[in-house]
Amino acid sequence: MNTYQKHYDVIVVGAGHAGCEAALAAARMGCETLIVTINLDTIAKMSCNPAIGGLAKGHLVKEIDALGGEMAKNIDKTGIQFRRLNTKKGPAVRSSRAQADKKAYQDEMKRVLEAQKRLDIKQVLVEELLVENGRCIGILSQTKTAYFGETVILTTGTFLKGIIHIGDVSYSAGRAGESSAEKLSESFLSLGFEIGRLKTGTPPRVNAQTVDFSEMEIQPGDENPRPFSFLTERITQPQLPCYLTYTNPQTHKVIRENLHRSAMYSGRIVGIGPRYCPSIEDKVVRFAEKTEHQVFVEPEGRDTDEIYLNGISASLPEDVQVEMVHSIKGLENAEIMRFGYAVEYDFAPATQLQPTLETKQVPGLYFAGQLNGTTGYEEAAAQGLMAGINAALKVKGENSLILDRSEAYIAVLIDDLVTLDIREPYRMFTSRAEYRLALREDNADLRLTQIGRQIGLVDDERYHQFQKKAAAVETELGRLQQTLLKPTPATLESLASILETGEMKQPTSLAELLKRPELHYQQITEIVPPIESLAPAVTEQVEIQIKYDGYIQRQQRQIHQFKKLENFRIPDAFDYANVQGLKTEAREKLTRIRPASIGQASRLPGVSPADISILTVILHQYNAKQQSAG
Amino acid sequence: MKFHDTIAAIATARGEAGIGIVRVSGDLARPIAAELFQSPRGVSPKELSTHTLTYGHVIDTNASDEVIDEVLLGIMHAPNTYTGEDIVEFNCHGGILTLTAVLDLVVKSGARVAEPGEFTKRAFLNGRLDLAQAEAVAELIASKTDLSRKIAIDALAGKLSDTVNSLSNRLADLLAEIEASIDFPEEDLDFMKVETQLEAARAVQNDLTTLLDTADEGRIIAEGVNVAILGKPNVGKSSLLNAIVGATRAIVTDIPGTTRDTIEETINVKGIPLKLIDTAGIRQTDDIVEQQGVERSKAVIDRAELLLLMFDASQPLNNADLELLQIAQSAKAILILNKVDLPVVTPATALLVHCPKKRIVETAIPEDKGLDALKSTICKELLGGELSVGESPIVTNARHQEALRRANEGLYYAIESLENGMPPDLVAVDLRITLDGLGDIVGKTTTEDILDRIFSQFCVGK
Repeated sequence: MNTYQKHYDVIVVGAGHAGCEAALAAARMGCETLIVTINLDTIAKMSCNPAIGGLAKGHLVKEIDALGGEMAKNIDKTGIQFRRLNTKKGPAVRSSRAQADKKAYQDEMKRVLEAQKRLDIKQVLVEELLVENGRCIGILSQTKTAYFGETVILTTGTFLKGIIHIGDVSYSAGRAGESSAEKLSESFLSLGFEIGRLKTGTPPRVNAQTVDFSEMEIQPGDENPRPFSFLTERITQPQLPCYLTYTNPQTHKVIRENLHRSAMYSGRIVGIGPRYCPSIEDKVVRFAEKTEHQVFVEPEGRDTDEIYLNGISASLPEDVQVEMVHSIKGLENAEIMRFGYAVEYDFAPATQLQPTLETKQVPGLYFAGQLNGTTGYEEAAAQGLMAGINAALKVKGENSLILDRSEAYIAVLIDDLVTLDIREPYRMFTSRAEYRLALREDNADLRLTQIGRQIGLVDDERYHQFQKKAAAVETELGRLQQTLLKPTPATLESLASILETGEMKQPTSLAELLKRPELHYQQITEIVPPIESLAPAVTEQVEIQIKYDGYIQRQQRQIHQFKKLENFRIPDAFDYANVQGLKTEAREKLTRIRPASIGQASRLPGVSPADISILTVILHQYNAKQQSAG
Repeated sequence: MKFHDTIAAIATARGEAGIGIVRVSGDLARPIAAELFQSPRGVSPKELSTHTLTYGHVIDTNASDEVIDEVLLGIMHAPNTYTGEDIVEFNCHGGILTLTAVLDLVVKSGARVAEPGEFTKRAFLNGRLDLAQAEAVAELIASKTDLSRKIAIDALAGKLSDTVNSLSNRLADLLAEIEASIDFPEEDLDFMKVETQLEAARAVQNDLTTLLDTADEGRIIAEGVNVAILGKPNVGKSSLLNAIVGATRAIVTDIPGTTRDTIEETINVKGIPLKLIDTAGIRQTDDIVEQQGVERSKAVIDRAELLLLMFDASQPLNNADLELLQIAQSAKAILILNKVDLPVVTPATALLVHCPKKRIVETAIPEDKGLDALKSTICKELLGGELSVGESPIVTNARHQEALRRANEGLYYAIESLENGMPPDLVAVDLRITLDGLGDIVGKTTTEDILDRIFSQFCVGK
């Protein structure tokens, strides 16, 4: 066994979306960092759909950005179509999404990694985790070189015991055409981690030259594309359209008649797939009454003709996939370039992790990304970022960073992972965030950039930009609250055409006026303009804060209640075995998960309100005893 | 939960009952029994199996084995007992003196006297009761009339939980609709129209309001109402009091812990506990207004939630009467015109001139004339009608009431948002607050629950 001469602070295994953020965060926070991957040509590869963001995922990307992560900047540079979804559903659920140029995204991320100080990049196949006295101290490569580090972050995606299924064919692979990490899986198991099995799928890709787009609905990008990163001023590259077509009764007939040949339906797959991202087989079976399903036709990049058929992920045999695709309007002559497949892989239930993403049983070892049972590039990147941050903080001997559910989607994600027993691939939804109104895309920087600055991840450029925006928002809020409009005949006349909810009878602040449902910020500024014109990001912020004030305040009251329970900490040493009133299931859960607070305990499935009241009483007594003893 | 001390209390109602029970719970329960109990057949309590009754005597070992009482000793081993701990019960021959003597011995042997409700607290903390049940037991203990007991028993049987659960379910379905429309904007799904959402929300609001309306009644039934009887000397206040008390025996429950609650001044009128203020004054002097002066009667009037003002039909109205009529105008009061069996000098109309809106009942107390009418009138005055515990549960618990209030407020805002065409994410804010409120009674609706509903109802996902 050789020993690599350099000793690292942080070693990241895997260079997908989690690995990249983890490595960049650690290096930027001053840690000597190593990132290793099986293949340097697949850094930040998008294994599935060619898009970043979307509902709730857009929120994650903005939060990653606000904390000093890379994903947002990278997609801003390389995206080929930008859209804002849900613009009419309320301020909290407006979500950004971009179609990605997969190759350009990878190349750009590789460049960023290469340029990063204190970050070494190596093509290494890891075979073993090195553990000494119960602590993780490094990794061993296939070529028998040992790399030592203070901390190791594992971000191995679907590569642990990955098996690909197409019809009745299956073979070991992490992604189609890429080998899985078999030895590492064993090393992993020998450390005693509990392993579960999940599955996911991907649809066929076709050649654009063989697609008749004139038969499909065109879906263009937004006229004024909005960037993800708070640092990107504007998106300048030209946008490409996507298209929409539909399956039909013939498609469904083909699928139904061949269900017995589907890998999924023949019973050979034991892993559990996501309910929100069902295969086309699933859709046809479970919602038999639907005569059509949407197929989103999305380009995989600018310099390729490969087209991703979003909506018909399948594990049917290749001949059936051909027949299925050809039954769809506009795809009658489509040539499939890559067939769809289902992939089964091992995951490590994240209840084995602390909220820092460090494993409970092997200190110094962190897990992030799909390994923890999530799907999605954004979910992976968010965990990678937090694992990188916490590994770096640990190396530096500083307090760990654990966000709470009222602060960020990232926290909702991690809290769910370490608290719930995930049985299907986990993806973010806005409905998972109970304090959604506080967690908007537009205020991600106001929520998180200060925190990013404190831990040393936010650079001067970002911080100054943030301070400028925050100050401008405060100033404008103040102006709107303090400027009184008097009901003079002239004012009343200028208001007459826009006021629908009754005349203004007494002097009213601009802020009060803006609360009327029919009025918008734009109209207010036309009446009394600000001293200098303000950036859209500022005016949007001001408008939301004033207009939805009542809702925001009610939610704040809820958050206040929530924080009380979160701040009611359960001591690490607390022994649930002596708490007699707990139901067996609750005791087992609490003992296994070891929640950090009563708040987290109350979210454990199987722990009832009665268990929580018992626990609260006992903890009060316990704390009183500790105090009088101390 | 392991409690280190052993507790004991007289577990039956005080009074001249045939049998009284001293209950002991905790680790020392069985050793104490072994020390105090002697069986004529020489069986030691240590050998007795669980859930058995054994005949014998309680003896005072410190007083040369004096026999205190002839008892049946009940033994129950942990954990299958009310508190989850070892329990022994001395079934004594009643009489407060005997019971106190046995309790004293138990305490001398190492137990301590239980606080009110402490047996139930232990039962709860040892997992023998869930929170709602424990609360119901607490109310059962505190219940003052048959009616309040019935309501508490309903809660114990889960009637309230059922109703709240059904409301919570309906709202979760509605929220799932709204959340699905937010999280899956690109799938061509058929969502509920806003009008239908409004209809659903209003229907829940209706039921929630009905439930909440019972809370005021619930409070009156659970806690009772302070009542004062006022009138000039010899108008018949004492007779009235005796007539009411005599007709309705004060309720004492057989639930442990009640015995030390004082009940002496609470009387039960058609299920409503009336707490008579200053009855001592009435019994002893019968003339608060004149002898004790205005000050004292003012204090009584301030505390009272209902005034029973008595007038003498056989005499003309004097200044004291007029003063009472003055008071009646600005208070919740019932006018009682007593002694209508004598030649009437002051008819009801004479009172009505001063207080046209008040209810008047004519009585002749010694003959019990008008007593039933008076009770019905009290009921009407407090609850707006007769009270019946029917299908709908009644909310008596203050914590539940508070939670329902929060839920109701949330729902009010959610409906307002729907009516004003606010976007769905804002409607969801208040629906979640509503569900949180209901969740404080029946357990939280988690974000995972909502997603489950979405996935079972809609074909979502690209």
